[in-house]
Amino acid sequence: MNQIETSLDRPDAPDAKATAARTDAVSIVMLGSGGSGVMTAAEILLRAAARAGYYGLMTKSFGPQIRGGEAAAFVTLSTSPVEIQGDRVDLLFAIDWKNAERFAGELVLDADTLVISGEAGAELPAIVTEPAPRLEEINLKTLTRSHKGTRPNMVALGAVAGAIGLPREAVAALIGERLENKGEAAMDQGLAALDLGFDEAADFDPAKLALPPQETARWIISGNQAAGYGAMRGGVRFAAAYPITPATEILEWLAPRLQKAGGLLVQAEDELASINMIIGGSFGGSAVLTATSGPGLALMSESIGLAVAAEIPMLVIDVMRGGPSTGIPTKSEQSDLNIAVYGLHGDAPHVVTAPNSISDCLFTAQWSTHLAESMQVPAIMLSDQSFGQALGIVEKPAELAFATRRDVAETPGEDYQRYALTATGISPMALPGTPGGQYTADGLEHAESGRPSSGVTDHNQQLDKRLRKVMDFDYGDHWAQIEGDGPAAIITWGSTTGPVREAMRRLDPDGKRLRLISLRLISPAQPEALAEALTGCEQILVIEQSQMAQFFGHLKAQFDLPAMADLYARPGPQPFKAAEIAAKLEEWLS
Amino acid sequence: MTAETACALTARDYKSDLKPVWCPGCGDFSILMAITMAMAEVGRPPEDVAVISGIGCSSRVPAYTSCYGFHGVHGRALPLATGLKLSRPDLLVIATGGDGDGYSIGGNHFMHACRRNVDLTYIVMDNQVYGMTKGQPSPTTPPEWDSALVPGGTGLRPFHPLVIALAAGANFVARTFSGDPKGTAQTIVEAINHPGFSLIEILSPCVTFRPEEREWAKQVHPASVDPTDDRARAARRVLTDDGFNTGILYRGKRAPYQPAFNPDDAANVDFEAEFLP
Repeated sequence: MNQIETSLDRPDAPDAKATAARTDAVSIVMLGSGGSGVMTAAEILLRAAARAGYYGLMTKSFGPQIRGGEAAAFVTLSTSPVEIQGDRVDLLFAIDWKNAERFAGELVLDADTLVISGEAGAELPAIVTEPAPRLEEINLKTLTRSHKGTRPNMVALGAVAGAIGLPREAVAALIGERLENKGEAAMDQGLAALDLGFDEAADFDPAKLALPPQETARWIISGNQAAGYGAMRGGVRFAAAYPITPATEILEWLAPRLQKAGGLLVQAEDELASINMIIGGSFGGSAVLTATSGPGLALMSESIGLAVAAEIPMLVIDVMRGGPSTGIPTKSEQSDLNIAVYGLHGDAPHVVTAPNSISDCLFTAQWSTHLAESMQVPAIMLSDQSFGQALGIVEKPAELAFATRRDVAETPGEDYQRYALTATGISPMALPGTPGGQYTADGLEHAESGRPSSGVTDHNQQLDKRLRKVMDFDYGDHWAQIEGDGPAAIITWGSTTGPVREAMRRLDPDGKRLRLISLRLISPAQPEALAEALTGCEQILVIEQSQMAQFFGHLKAQFDLPAMADLYARPGPQPFKAAEIAAKLEEWLS
Repeated sequence: MTAETACALTARDYKSDLKPVWCPGCGDFSILMAITMAMAEVGRPPEDVAVISGIGCSSRVPAYTSCYGFHGVHGRALPLATGLKLSRPDLLVIATGGDGDGYSIGGNHFMHACRRNVDLTYIVMDNQVYGMTKGQPSPTTPPEWDSALVPGGTGLRPFHPLVIALAAGANFVARTFSGDPKGTAQTIVEAINHPGFSLIEILSPCVTFRPEEREWAKQVHPASVDPTDDRARAARRVLTDDGFNTGILYRGKRAPYQPAFNPDDAANVDFEAEFLP
């Protein structure tokens, strides 16, 4: 192998039965045209499942329309942690079938799939009829007409919950909470609709959850919420933002919550402004962030270079989407690695991190803030759409506290120099308002005092200092997530970790053959740590979602990746399925 | 700092010992002097003042003061100053720069800074040319001005910063001349003391690339009318003058944009309940 595989080489329609798919999960799709309420219904379903003690994941697929168009909610529920949608669909409920053909490729149905059509007598699209699934019909129109005030999406919710065996009480309680402030009549109508659905589903041959749930402390959280909250835990109180899909939810989540915490989010006129506003905020002493996606990161990159030169700590979260250019704003791809790592002008050492799960968005954002503040350096966190816009039922993340400290010059003496050459490369930073600490932060190369300088010595010393502080920093064990200790290692990062983990669980439940190394610290490179993590490996496979295999190239260039390493890389926007990875791994191992 | 010691501060206390890179005869020298004179009169100690700039000859000002400073990237002084002021309302924040930095590459930020009306003082040294890159036309350069980059002139109507500032919502608009440092200093003091976003457009001859601008000394004249708080009147006046009227044109009454920022007050707000199912 060891070449970039194109999409032509990959198993296009993975045979779900090629590897043992998980039996403890049920995968549901709720489909309907915009305004039909499928997203609301699916979210209530997810929350009810969480309360009943299941794990789960909800992802959304929309057309490009602002309103209307077809929308599909994908929900997988299980008795064990869920990081990706199932290989196939167990249950599909369509409130209507308008433009359902658009989901060809995303909907993998088979003869075991239960399809419930909410539109009586509708002509079903070929993507549904061709796999010849089990078909049922609920006449939503007639049902909701004969029961005043009931809504089709709530009937659908009841039918789905009934078909998979969710307790009615858990769903009913949530409907009650949602409609509480709309009056008793609305609540009664909601519950009546739910019961209509449950009654209809009683006749179906169900796709039930196989195992009883376990109740522990869990959260429902999206990757974007987790990233925002992680940054706040890390101390971020000032943010500036320009809206961009799929990062906007981080900003919208933060705006009111920063305010509650005495902080502030400012909407800027563009990304050039938002990045410079946070540079100003950080210069003033606040821990700061902005969030964006690829095109916005490109606009910000000049000023991230300024933050490197002027040694200004800040967190920039890039929620990656399909690129280049406007690309596919609503779908995921791991193709901003190069711009994040190599996109700054000049020799500009900085930090690039990546979370490896929805809940790790929280940890990694908090850690990234810690790194930025401690080293007075910009940190770019590469999240992506598939984390950002997915809602997961996850284990409550651990409470963490880093010894985060920006080295501030509290009482600068007469000989204070902002960019003093220290052993660590980190120099105490005077904050405006501190007498005696006055200096001019500068994008111009400077002497230790901050005075502009184009001299050889100053340039070399300051370059060396800025590199030293990120190279010598102790990143601890957080640089990667390592699981299993088999002789065949898979190196991956970001949202590809979930499907790899699931494929490994299927092929190697005891962790004897395979080893997962998912990098959380993308830059600066940690070649020695990787070499150690690879001790005893006979085979290495790199897996990533990028046509040009940006991660593989980075590993080869910066991490001394052994020459025998193989590669499986393909672009988005289709998320990796566990079956696809499992099939690839079997071929690779044989 | 007590009133007594504040009174003791002079313009010299606001100057650093760095020697400016400017050409002999540059208008920016006397503007730097005016800025430090104004600071001494306002009386905030140097550590409580931050001077923010982008790129260009006039953007070198921060390091020539004894205040905190930020010499950032081309065109982005205003958003950087905005972020600083919003998160540190206790500071006096002044932005400085030139016509290329502020009206061309930074044009969008200029408009939105006026609109946002954060309590900033923006001092633009307008020499109607890019000096640091050695003589290219800026948005305020006359259309017929010949240059290596645009032979025969741009043929474009110059940008009118004062009218744009008025239309976009700046709260204080003035024009001064570098040859009048005392008057300029007084105007800067008034701009600093006026709440909200203040623009002071200072005609500052570039003796190297626009030597004909030496003639400005003969052309400038003080405005014969008092400042107004009527935006439309101010706009009409400045649109019909000869471009050499100096003085305070407009004093608005808009409240500055300064949302609360007290991050230490509520460090332990619990957001975790919302994540429970």
